[in-house]
Amino acid sequence: MSGAFHAQLSLYAAIATRSFRRYSTYTAATLAGIFTNSVFGIILSFAYLALWEQNPSAGGYGAEQAVTFVWIGQALLMTIALWSGGSTDDLAERIRTGDIAVDLYRPVSVLGWYLAADLGRGLYHFATRGVAPTIVGALLFGLVLPSPAGAAGFLVSVALAVVVSFAVRFLFAASAFWLLDATGPRVLLSVLATFFSGLTLPLNLFPDGLRQVALALPFASYVQTPADIWLGRHSGPDLLAAIGLQVAWAVLLLGACALVLRAATRKVVVQGG
Amino acid sequence: MVEVAHAVRAYWLIAALWIRASMAYPLSFWTMTVGGVLITFLDFVAIWLMFSHLDSYGGFTLREIGLLYGVTSISFRLADMLVGSVEKIGQKVRSGDLDAMMTKPVPVLAQLCADRFELRRLGQIAQSVAVFGWAAPIVEWNPQRLAVLAMALVSGVVIYFCVFVAFSTIQFWTTDASEFANAFTYGGNTIMQYPMTIFPLEVVRSLTYLLPLTFVNWYPCLFLLGLHDPFGAPGWFRFASPLAALVLVGVTTLVWRQGLRRYRSTGS
Repeated sequence: MSGAFHAQLSLYAAIATRSFRRYSTYTAATLAGIFTNSVFGIILSFAYLALWEQNPSAGGYGAEQAVTFVWIGQALLMTIALWSGGSTDDLAERIRTGDIAVDLYRPVSVLGWYLAADLGRGLYHFATRGVAPTIVGALLFGLVLPSPAGAAGFLVSVALAVVVSFAVRFLFAASAFWLLDATGPRVLLSVLATFFSGLTLPLNLFPDGLRQVALALPFASYVQTPADIWLGRHSGPDLLAAIGLQVAWAVLLLGACALVLRAATRKVVVQGG
Repeated sequence: MVEVAHAVRAYWLIAALWIRASMAYPLSFWTMTVGGVLITFLDFVAIWLMFSHLDSYGGFTLREIGLLYGVTSISFRLADMLVGSVEKIGQKVRSGDLDAMMTKPVPVLAQLCADRFELRRLGQIAQSVAVFGWAAPIVEWNPQRLAVLAMALVSGVVIYFCVFVAFSTIQFWTTDASEFANAFTYGGNTIMQYPMTIFPLEVVRSLTYLLPLTFVNWYPCLFLLGLHDPFGAPGWFRFASPLAALVLVGVTTLVWRQGLRRYRSTGS
């Protein structure tokens, strides 16, 4: 039993490693991406600095915290594949072409396979397009650094952010089982994710009502929660609650993925593939 | 001149082909159109939400920023629809499609720009026009101001056209660095949505003399609003948008020729 478990684990690790390497092939693309993230980071930093100069405690952040928020957003947007990309795009494409039938044949969980691949990708993007622009931001603007507990919490929170975002993207991609083309849902998802993750504006600056809704949605796990943990806005029991909400969303959404996959599998079998 | 007319005609023939193709999937077309409108609309919603914490931003009111936003976005989205596909140069080099384009009796640039022409971007243009229309009543319109606006919009499209082409040309050297251009195209449009007063002088100078995006909306809008440049730029800059566009066309032509000359087929 434990042997089988161990075999499964090393299989997923192998998938994640291959996925990591796949993305690391394109060095020029990575460098270009780091440059672009940095340019947007600089633009938004000045935009936020002007806002906080007028209103030094907007949303409960100080100016330096606001700028740090900008750079965390730039660091995470590729890590969590905010505008899609990542293994869920492969999934949508394989559903469209019918290659998904091969995936369903394999003696491996489809969900586990794609999750492992996405985690490998996320790790690569975090290590390159996450870390490098953050260094640029720190050099140019000076960022707030997290406490040791904050840093640890941040890393856990980012990992959960990737899982939550993966599950959401998986659900939207799986709509291709019924719609054949998941382009429309994908556009809709990037609209929701961009706005409700806190990337365009920290959710704490949203007006009352909208703010509470936005903070409860899974998209808050993408940028808002990790950023607030980095900035020390969640500590002690509050930190556990913030991470707990992410875990809850991750479990719930992965469960939904499994259900959708099961329904879809039945559909594929009925159609004869 | 005849050559240009020929290129433009060929461009529209190819574009019409892609428009027909996209209309073959109406549902997909409309979801993408509406999605595009929402995404760009949220840009402006973010600025609007910022104003719930502010009275003025960099010395400008929300409507004045709407004017800046409208003028840059209309130009940018038009250019994006017309020539945005040029950013796929690297992909065409890798796939070998560029070789096929070279053999056809139509300028390569026209083919690249018309490739996969996206009519759905009309939605984003409409959104920009809507923001502009909402902001326009704050301007005391007269014939001079209308003329400056028209000049700014035409020049703006040309300026963004050049930015798209010039920075995409870099992909002749590094085929998979297409995202580099985004920093200047999408990044350029983003930075111009804000009043220049929130940026340091060096940034504004660079956007005037190095990459002249301030001529797309900043200087012309100062004229529309009857303001003088807070950084003390010469007054005639407010009418100099066509000049900036012309200079950029010259530079872009050189860069493009250099890039095309540099091109060696992948040989596959």
